[in-house]
Order: sequence, then C-alpha cells, then structure tokens
Amino acid sequence: MSDTDAGPDASAASDGGDGWFEALPSDATDETDTETESDSRATAAAAARVRDGTAASPADWPAHAVDSGFAADTDEYYDRLKAATTRATREAVRERERADDAQLIHAVRAMDDTERVANELAERAVEWTGSLFDDVGSGIEGARAVAAREPESEAERRAVSLAARAAELDDERAELAETIGRVAPAVAPNLAEMAGPELAARLIALAGGLESLAKKPSGTVQVLGAEDALFAHLSGRAPSPKHGIIYTHEYVRGTRPEDRGSAARALAGKLTLAARADHYAGERRAQLHDDLRERMATIRARAGDDAATDGGAADE
Amino acid sequence: MSEPALPDGVERREVDGEERLATRGEPVYGEPTADGWRAWDPERSKLGGMLELGFETGLTGGETVLYLGAASGTTVSHVADFAGPTYAVEFAPRPARDLLDAAASRKRLFPLLKDARKPETYAHVVESDVDAIVQDVATRGQADVAVRNARFLADDGRLLLAIKARSEDVTAEPDAVFEGALDRLREAYEILETRRLDRYHEDHLGVVATPR
Repeated sequence: MSDTDAGPDASAASDGGDGWFEALPSDATDETDTETESDSRATAAAAARVRDGTAASPADWPAHAVDSGFAADTDEYYDRLKAATTRATREAVRERERADDAQLIHAVRAMDDTERVANELAERAVEWTGSLFDDVGSGIEGARAVAAREPESEAERRAVSLAARAAELDDERAELAETIGRVAPAVAPNLAEMAGPELAARLIALAGGLESLAKKPSGTVQVLGAEDALFAHLSGRAPSPKHGIIYTHEYVRGTRPEDRGSAARALAGKLTLAARADHYAGERRAQLHDDLRERMATIRARAGDDAATDGGAADE
Repeated sequence: MSEPALPDGVERREVDGEERLATRGEPVYGEPTADGWRAWDPERSKLGGMLELGFETGLTGGETVLYLGAASGTTVSHVADFAGPTYAVEFAPRPARDLLDAAASRKRLFPLLKDARKPETYAHVVESDVDAIVQDVATRGQADVAVRNARFLADDGRLLLAIKARSEDVTAEPDAVFEGALDRLREAYEILETRRLDRYHEDHLGVVATPR
C-alpha cells in the first residue's frame, strides 16, 4: 500500500513544484518563552516561500500539509497560510510601492535613449552600407535589412555589424515600451488608463515621481515638458504655452487648433485628479474617466456647432 | 422571471430604508450597514451586479474561491463573508495595501500580490479544485487570464467573469470585443451564460462558464 501511495507524492516533490510549506519547520516549539520568536521566524520563512516559490500546477495543498505533518488539521493549515500570505503581501507591497515609480522613470528615460541612439546608429549604418551595397533603405528598417546581409569584406563586416547593433537597440526600445505598458498601470492605474502607459510614465518622469505629480497644480501639469516655452513666456518673449507633453494625447492633438487650449486644460485637470487618486487612494475612479469623456465631447461639439452656424467665433 | 437562489450568507436586507444585497462582516469601504450586515453595492462590484441581475452563479456559500483582480478588496471582502477559503490575487501594490486591511478581519481570506497572468507564481499556494474562480481584471487579454487559471478550477466548478470591453480595445465595438474574448474562453471552458452588465457597469459582459 505504501508503495503506490508514495509514488505520486515522491514525483510531486521532485518536479520543483512543491507547496509553499514544504521544507519549512513543521511547527513552533512548545517552550512557551521562545514561542513568539520562533513563530515569527517560521512565518518569515513561510512568507519568503509564498513570495518567491513557484509550481507548474496546483495540488490539494491543505491535504498535503496535513499528511506531511506541517499542520495538525486543515484549520491549522489555513491559519498558518493566513499568517504567511499576509506577511508576504505586506512586505511585497511595501517594497513595490517604494520602488515602482522610480523604476518607471528609469524605463521611460532608457526608452528615449535607446530610441535616439538606435536612430542615430541606424542612419550611420545605412549611410555606410549605402556605399557598399545597392538598394539600402533608410532608418531602422534599412538597418534591419542590412543586418541580414552576408558581409564579404572587412568594411562590410563592420558596417553590417553596426546595422545589427542598431536593430538590436530598437528591439530593446520595444521591450522597454512593453515593460512600461505593464508597469505604468500597476503604479498609476487611473493615470495610465487616461493617458496611456507611455504618456503616464512621461508625466511621472517629468514631475520626478508619482507623489510630486500628484502635488502639482493642473496648470503645471498642462505645460510639463514645455519648460523652454514657459520660460520664454515668463521672460516676456512669447505667449504662454497651451500644452506640454500632453500634446501627444489624442484628446489634444485630435482637437481642432482653436479648441486645443480648452482640450489641454480639461485633460490636464483630469490627469491631475487621476494622479492624486492613484497616489492617495490607488483605486480606479470611473467617474473621472466619464467626466473627461463628457467634457471632451462638449469641447469637440463646438466644431460642429460652428460649422452649423457658419463659422461663429470659438468661445476660448 | 424566476430568481436563482442567492448563496447562503448573501441576503436581501433592509439597509438605510432600502432592500439591498448584503453580507455579514466587518465594513471595508464605508458601505452602509445594519445589524452587522454590510450592503453590497452592485455598482461597485461586478459580482454584486451579476447576483443582482439574477445570473446562475452556482454559488451556494462556503465554497473555496480563487479571486483574480481583487483590487482594494471591495468585492472579495463580500465573497469571503459568505464563502470558505478565499484566495485574493492582485497585481498592483497600492490597492493591495487596502486589500490587506480588508483581509485583516477575515480569517480565511488570503491576500496575494501576484500577476494573474502568471499562475505558476502562485500555484504553490493556491490549492487545486477550487469551486469558483471570480475574475475582474482590467488588463488586455482577460479571456487569456481565465484560460491560464483554469488549472485551479474543479471539473464542476464555475468561472464567474466580468469582461471589460475598454480594457481590450478602446476603439472597437464592445460586441466585437466580447465575441473575441468568448472564442478564446471556449478553448478551456463551456460558456453557460452571458449577459451585459450595463445596468451597473457600462460595456461589461458578465460570463458564467465551467471547465470543458
């Protein structure tokens, strides 16, 4: 009997898919004076397993835990699971919150750097290879095509290799964009939903963090990224900028020029509220998104109204 | 219209002079309470909306549940009030902080800061053959998440899923998005019921499914 029973268990234990409780001390000591300390040590070890462990597939963990003597019964198992998951999650939350907007800032800056350098290298590579081969395209696409060629001379080897580096850098840019797409909604769900992950990351980077973005007035958010124009305006040399980096948002770019100021102001106002909701509450606020959609529809309806009244003045 | 029975532990109670869905437990998000019962707002909870709309959820109370996309714990706290062991998976740290608060008074609600798209990162914690998977994740590829997590569900278990059209594609028609998602779901599930949740949640489709 024991042979057939041990079979599946033994194989489960060897495929690297153990439950979180395997290899942990079975229970706290029964010496009362050290109980708290050893309990807390046991919970810390269990929490680490909850955080870092993996398994290809789940199993009847409560039953396994009781069979292996980790817990006396399922009730005790669940009590210990509760302590371990709570501690693991609290620790992970603390770490992630501390770091994530900083990581996002690094990622978006690295993405810009890779894009700039990839383009520069690609231009150099296609210019060079254009003197060696026929039919060389331009930019990154040109470099990609060149990278696939078989070089036959020392010069060709270098030029083709350079093109390959440019293409790889562009791949890195794409991966960074993907990372931003994943991290931004986790760091700032409302902001990322409203602005898209990339613009959300740029706003956070320009402000120097989610917290500082959340503390900025919406007029500042509206012109983030247009600092040069803003200083020109402040020193009396130019009109005030209507928008900074938020120009890349469809709500601004896709609105006719005479209404862009209104659109940028409305968008910046809601983005500011979104950043505050993300920083202070962290919950999705459906109302914010609905309000912005409604406001944008009103602003854009002006174009239709004007057309209907044969070109009346925009109420800016 | 015959109403499917609510799970044990979920009742319609008079709260603030109104008949409302409610569960028994510590309040979590400032919801109105009466005699220890907390009102369950269908406008804040997809599952609440599904129960209110009379979906055949198959929930009876006391079951083991895997909840994907627990966010701040609004809905999963109600689930833990009437269900048995409840595993709450949430990927974003900020809402998970509130989830910890919601879980504090609930002995069988297990918070997990994990990515629902990577079940292997919590398969060593979440047990097999859970009775229900409740899913409310607002990322692209919602059907894919459900398919990947099918490994946790008992053969006769239920997937209770809310698909948000805007998470898949903001520009596409919701109906087209839902069709695509249901096609993907059918790779692992048999769809038992679908209905729009528009009365409470715009452009969301409620789905009840069981493993194929």
